[in-house]
Amino acid sequence: MKKELLAGISVAATVLLGLAAAWHLQERLDVQRKAIHEERDEMLVQSPKLIKALSLEYAPLLGAVYWTRAVQYYGEKHHERDMKLQLLWPLLDAATTLDPKLLVAYRFGSTFLSDAPPRGAGRPDLAVKLLERGLKEYPDEWHLYQDLGNVYYFDAKDYPKAAAAFAEGSKNPHAMIWMKVMAAKIAADGETPETSYALWMEVLNSTKDPDIKKNAELHLRLLKTDLDIREIDRLANEYEKKTGHRATRMSELVQAGLLRGQPLDSAGYPYVLGEGGKAELNLNSPLLEEKLLNKK
Amino acid sequence: MGMSTPAIEIDGLSKEYPFGFLNLKKKRSLENLTMQVETGEVFGFLGPNGAGKSTTIKLLMRLIFPTSGTARILGKSIDDVRMHERIGYLPEQPYFYDYLTATEVLEYFARFHQMTAADRHERVAKILKKVGLETAKKIQLRKYSKGMLQRVGLAQAILHDPEVVVLDEPMSGLDPLGRREVRDIILELKRAGKTVLFSTHILTDAEMLCDRVGVIVGGKLRGVGTPGEMVGIQTQGMEILFELHGEAKNTQLFSRAMKTGERYRVQVPESELYGALDELKAAGARILSVAQIKPTLEEFFMNLVEADRAQANAIDVSGK
Amino acid sequence: MKNVLTVATNTFREAVRDRVLYNLVFFALLMMGAAILVGQISIGIEASVIVSLGLTAISVVGLFIAIFIGVGLVSKEMDKRTLYALLAKPVKRWEFLLGKFFGLVMTLTVNTAAMAAGLYLALWTVKHSFEKSDVYILAAVYLILLKLALIVGLALLFSCFTTPFLAILFSAGIYVAGVFAQNLRTMTVVDLNASTMKMLRGISYLLPNFENFNVMGTVAHGGVVPGALILNATLYALVYCAVVLTGAAAIFSRRNLK
Repeated sequence: MKKELLAGISVAATVLLGLAAAWHLQERLDVQRKAIHEERDEMLVQSPKLIKALSLEYAPLLGAVYWTRAVQYYGEKHHERDMKLQLLWPLLDAATTLDPKLLVAYRFGSTFLSDAPPRGAGRPDLAVKLLERGLKEYPDEWHLYQDLGNVYYFDAKDYPKAAAAFAEGSKNPHAMIWMKVMAAKIAADGETPETSYALWMEVLNSTKDPDIKKNAELHLRLLKTDLDIREIDRLANEYEKKTGHRATRMSELVQAGLLRGQPLDSAGYPYVLGEGGKAELNLNSPLLEEKLLNKK
Repeated sequence: MGMSTPAIEIDGLSKEYPFGFLNLKKKRSLENLTMQVETGEVFGFLGPNGAGKSTTIKLLMRLIFPTSGTARILGKSIDDVRMHERIGYLPEQPYFYDYLTATEVLEYFARFHQMTAADRHERVAKILKKVGLETAKKIQLRKYSKGMLQRVGLAQAILHDPEVVVLDEPMSGLDPLGRREVRDIILELKRAGKTVLFSTHILTDAEMLCDRVGVIVGGKLRGVGTPGEMVGIQTQGMEILFELHGEAKNTQLFSRAMKTGERYRVQVPESELYGALDELKAAGARILSVAQIKPTLEEFFMNLVEADRAQANAIDVSGK
Repeated sequence: MKNVLTVATNTFREAVRDRVLYNLVFFALLMMGAAILVGQISIGIEASVIVSLGLTAISVVGLFIAIFIGVGLVSKEMDKRTLYALLAKPVKRWEFLLGKFFGLVMTLTVNTAAMAAGLYLALWTVKHSFEKSDVYILAAVYLILLKLALIVGLALLFSCFTTPFLAILFSAGIYVAGVFAQNLRTMTVVDLNASTMKMLRGISYLLPNFENFNVMGTVAHGGVVPGALILNATLYALVYCAVVLTGAAAIFSRRNLK
């Protein structure tokens, strides 16, 4: 009786210890493998057409799988500040080939394929390709025209095409009025901070996707900073005109009545006047780092 | 009114099987069988394994199709499916549905026959009792022994009170008690005026039960008749049992004898009996008994098989 | 006809007792688990994934049952010789075959219906509401069932004249071929001459086209399945099944049992 008990205990102990050891080793291995970039190959089969053929009747399910992987891939790489995002296009290409009805994939792809690193893959051409595929499936989805316009405006810097996209989308009876307005403004003035700001606001309004939302908010913060700095500089120039010398402290502008109070950035930190009396972000503001990282 | 139609008529029935590479060779498992089974008789189909008994029965039941020849049961062609209403069949080594109980299996089979639901329930209950499965009727068949399955098989064969009952090796897998029960059932069927055809290689059963037997060896029918007639075809002679003290003489007679201790047995043809007896007496042997060798079906049988094999070998040797 | 029904109900009963249907409970639980998991992972398409996953599972499970049990329907009875006693009864061989077919189709119907219920349950867990378009999921399930019935017929056909192993192989093969039948029609390969193309086109029409029964893409995104499509698919399945079963009955009627 005692012998059996002993045997049982030693078996259980061996198993438990072994599993714990394996767990620990696995953690170590994960770190080591990452260090040498030995990561899971996201796309075993490269050709979307082949994947579709192999998937027999179950293509839409596989499409959903690829879409999910695309989102996870973005999340991983973005989190690591890895600038490459090389696999984003193949994954989205596969997902939309398998299931052309994945509207969310088209919208997601348009932002993150086109936006410059570190936020996206920096490939507006691929974003256009994806959106055109999406428009074939969903010709009535005016949001896709909005996305197309954004791609041309922000990243391809092709203002005539951007205006054309917004114009086309505005033809849809469900489209919002601003589409038409935007078409005209871009055709006339090209890129302006106000236009950019307005477009990113519309992106923020039109999506439920948390990644897209975060990205739009980032752009809005950066733009707001630019706009604020421009405005403060304008006021500083006015001060110079009035007093004959350049202000060195923000309080001078306030006392001169040009500003109502200390101007704060979107993070709540006061702007400062730096070298040459130009407005700058506060050294303590987190937006400074953000701005440096996202230097275009 | 003329002669009544035989219950089963077989006319020139043959069956060939292709086998070997690309199925080019042909094996004849039944050759030109012609025979009848009369109404109300118990007919035994005898033969060694592979002789063609099962093949004949399967041909009758349309489980396999003849290469040539015809057959009729109860006057109807064997192609007539409706005729099957009046016949019952017990396959060799029957096997039924694992997950059904005996009652369920019998009810299932009974549904293919013309009877009302009430009638069906009643018959199933009665037959289960008759074959001795009443206590096991609610147990799933996968738990049944071979003998029990055999009884289920028998039950489904006679459940619908058929006029002709065909049984393929009905005794196989049964213990002596079971075999006796089956024999009793067969006799009961006979008393009820049913026709029974059954195949077996247990010759004592055949001797006991059959009105007539047919012997098949190597796919050919070797003879049909009453058991007595069959064995009467060949007489084996006489057997002398004798005792001899001391040394035996070195004659042909003694060399043929089988010795156990001081007793000897020797077989002599009937014509040589008295000469042999004289010789033994002169040698000082004490004659214990003289008996006519009653050949059994078994020996008749064995001889047939031997002769058949010899013929087959001869054919092989001759190269054809 | 009565004989067909008798064989069918017995086949169904055997399947039930054979624990074939117990995969349902397992499946339902699996679906619930997947539903909860899926909700955490894929953004924006939770419902779509549930539907795709559910339909795929129903299709794949059904496929396995249709092929493996379909082939076994006749060959198991021939092997185990349960068939012998049965065919000596006043029942025709084609009645037996048809009964087996309907018995398995009945089994598949019950299976599929229960799995569909599991699917709706999982969908509820994720969405907490139903839309009008969700009724078309039933249409998708029905079409899958038609496909499975056709596959059962094919499995039966093959098992009537080859060994169980080969029958399974052929059935799986013709399933894959049938999935690509549509592609064969529209394929443009430069090197082939006109008559070969014509022949390929002909083959593409003769092969059972299983894409006819696939509306997963539409239904997963809340689309509508037109009634005309359902009707035509039903007719196609009926006609093709009739062809296959006639062939099977003809072959089986002349088959020598061992």
